[in-house]
Amino acid sequence: MKKDLGIFVILVVLCATVSFLNPRFLSGENLQNTTRLIGIYGIFSIGVGMVIITGGIDLSIGSMIALMGVLLSFLLTDYGVPGAIAVAVVLAASIGLGLLHGVLITRLRVQAFIVTLCGLLFYRGLARFAANDETKGFAGSENFELLKNLATGTLFGVPSPFVILIVVAVVMWVLLHRSVWGRYLFAVGRNEEAARFSGINSKLMITSAYVICAFLTGIASILVAFYTNSISPSSHGNFYELYAVAAAVLGGCSLRGGEGSVIGIIIGTALLQVLQNLVNLLGIPSSLNFAVMGAVILIGVLADQLLKQRAAKII
Amino acid sequence: MSDSTSTLLEMRSIGKRFPGVVALDGVSLEIKRGEIVGLLGENGAGKSTLMKILGGIHQPDAGTIAIEGKPVEISGVNDSIGKGIALIHQELNMLDNLDVASNVYLGREPFLGGVGGFLRLIDSRRMQSDTKVYLEQLGLNVAPDTAVSRLSIGQQQLVEIAKALSLNAQILIMDEPTSSLTTTETEKLLSVVKDLKARGVSIIYITHRLGEVAEICDRAVVLRDGQNAGELKKEELTHENMVRLMVGRSLKTAYQAPENENDEVVFETRRLITARYPKKEVSFAVRKGEIFGIAGLVGAGRSELMQTIFGVDPRLGGEVIIDGKNLSGTSARESIDSGVYLIPEDRRKTGLITEITISQNITLPALRLYSSGGLVNSSKERTAADDLCKKLNVKTASVETPVKNLSGGNQQKVVLAKWLQLQPKVLIFDEPTRGIDVGAKSEIYQLMRDLAKNGVAIIVVSSDMEEVLGLSDRLAVMHEGRITGILGRGDCTEKNVMTLAVGK
Repeated sequence: MKKDLGIFVILVVLCATVSFLNPRFLSGENLQNTTRLIGIYGIFSIGVGMVIITGGIDLSIGSMIALMGVLLSFLLTDYGVPGAIAVAVVLAASIGLGLLHGVLITRLRVQAFIVTLCGLLFYRGLARFAANDETKGFAGSENFELLKNLATGTLFGVPSPFVILIVVAVVMWVLLHRSVWGRYLFAVGRNEEAARFSGINSKLMITSAYVICAFLTGIASILVAFYTNSISPSSHGNFYELYAVAAAVLGGCSLRGGEGSVIGIIIGTALLQVLQNLVNLLGIPSSLNFAVMGAVILIGVLADQLLKQRAAKII
Repeated sequence: MSDSTSTLLEMRSIGKRFPGVVALDGVSLEIKRGEIVGLLGENGAGKSTLMKILGGIHQPDAGTIAIEGKPVEISGVNDSIGKGIALIHQELNMLDNLDVASNVYLGREPFLGGVGGFLRLIDSRRMQSDTKVYLEQLGLNVAPDTAVSRLSIGQQQLVEIAKALSLNAQILIMDEPTSSLTTTETEKLLSVVKDLKARGVSIIYITHRLGEVAEICDRAVVLRDGQNAGELKKEELTHENMVRLMVGRSLKTAYQAPENENDEVVFETRRLITARYPKKEVSFAVRKGEIFGIAGLVGAGRSELMQTIFGVDPRLGGEVIIDGKNLSGTSARESIDSGVYLIPEDRRKTGLITEITISQNITLPALRLYSSGGLVNSSKERTAADDLCKKLNVKTASVETPVKNLSGGNQQKVVLAKWLQLQPKVLIFDEPTRGIDVGAKSEIYQLMRDLAKNGVAIIVVSSDMEEVLGLSDRLAVMHEGRITGILGRGDCTEKNVMTLAVGK
């Protein structure tokens, strides 16, 4: 809670600074676009956060978003499948991949880093091959106005992806911070052995985290596909897994597992997007984009570390 | 060495406070050259803090330290080593991916020359031959290039001592050196300690095993609540005297016969096979309200047997029957739901999640009691944890404290609380009082007897002979994966147990 507050203060200060330097930050259009991106990125970042809480990692997010984007485009445009069914297929396929990750990690005991690194390579290659390395789109998109609206529309002036994020966040917050599942997840992340000795099925818990992560990535992949409206399989979703890991770490998740909060992850996501926005608005060369982000994440984590050390000394 | 020898080390009126706690308040300790001084006290009495001051890990707030009559200040770990002090921690600091010689000379490797800094080349041959000398002195018969991971705990302990010898240590501090050693290894270690004494090394010996103190120490200094509680001369080193000074009262460990005998068998294993000893079968039965002890040397496969019964280690064959019902042995959940609970050997690794709160640890196996619709009712959870902590006398300000802040005895009580909120039929204690102070020990013994009186079948695995003899109504002895004999109350003597434990 205290940790969430700390990063929230940083977010507010950053927003205030940006709006002071360039008032356009507060313009309706800019705010809408930023919150829209926070919505999309936040959804899969929460998923990756759950995996990180178990002490794992998911590096396959970006490639999965590309693969699901290509799949969605095939279903809707090439095969003329109705929107609802296409969405269901994409989500089911995502869950399937999550399950596969979980089984490989818990049953066959392959390290999560390796499993999802292979996923990163494999799904990207598969997406490019399936699409013949050509950009896929949603020509004749009048048939799926509703889906398009989920990504690009608004609800009472709030971008719909942000509304979806709020819904996801509320559900995940209750699950993680109030439910038996969440308690078990933290327990497994902290000390898998002791959790097992307390009768918790740690393999099931870890697998469930990868499934939830993949499911949320599936939702995000639909939004990303319609947000960009064109999917070039070689670059679509590139680096998204790293945005998610960065958001989770900024938001207080420990890569050792057992620590993290949904609110923290969302604030972490927001911080990254505002930074991106800052680069654009302040006229910083966009080639510096990643450098700025890398520096800020490092400073953020360092500051947290120093505060923790000081707190430990005071005790 | 005679008593007229000069005092080597003198610590006078040492004080140390940590925020909120006075750890040491005017403690004094002196040691002569070639003397073995036992340092006794319950956990939290200040033994470790005093030794950490000597080891340079903490600096005292008050008092003076003198070595050979000259006042000194010990500013850090390296300073302490430089002054001839070697501290062997309870948890060994071995790098088990390296070999013995590399561990002995870690950070002080002899060099062949070379460019300098990290680019110098290590003179492995010299390192190994030097190490060999020390190993021989200690009677440790392993090659200096053996990987430490292949040594037993007892052998690793000797490697630590070899390291201290190579540092020319004058004062050797040993913190619970025998707590995880087998009987043979313990005897070996004690003879090494006596040997070192004969060579003029002074030893401060910390242990909860009072028999060892009587055997090897010339004197014992007892601490209680951060102060000197008294000192005992060699001839005063009786079990009763030591315990009296440590706790300020005498302790009952004598066997208490159950009030009513019950013949109903609640728990049974039939031809059970563990992964540790795939060729051995184990069968035994425990009656309702019985305390069933399991003795044996370390490595006899007792803990593995218990973990297999509980369903956390793989079962290769056989049956586990509770109340006439067969357990499949595939998960702890099944055992827990059937009323079979394990208090594991290593409470910090498998018994508890030390970073989370007491309350969350307690309710973890029984969360369904405190939740509805999958959501946890935290006030209900807290109340239950509060009640259990009160009942078990867990010393803590709040149940929202992380478990890692508790002492060993209180941590063990939290593990107990995890199971007492459920309805135990069979409660398995694996080394229930390892590293726990005398006061908490007797509380745990009393609790076991109360549980047995209420019809719970208790299985106690223990390497502490006094404990297992004092508690058990019947006592099984294991040797290399099988039960070599089950002793009735009348036959429970140390000699009988040892005979069976060595497998003769």
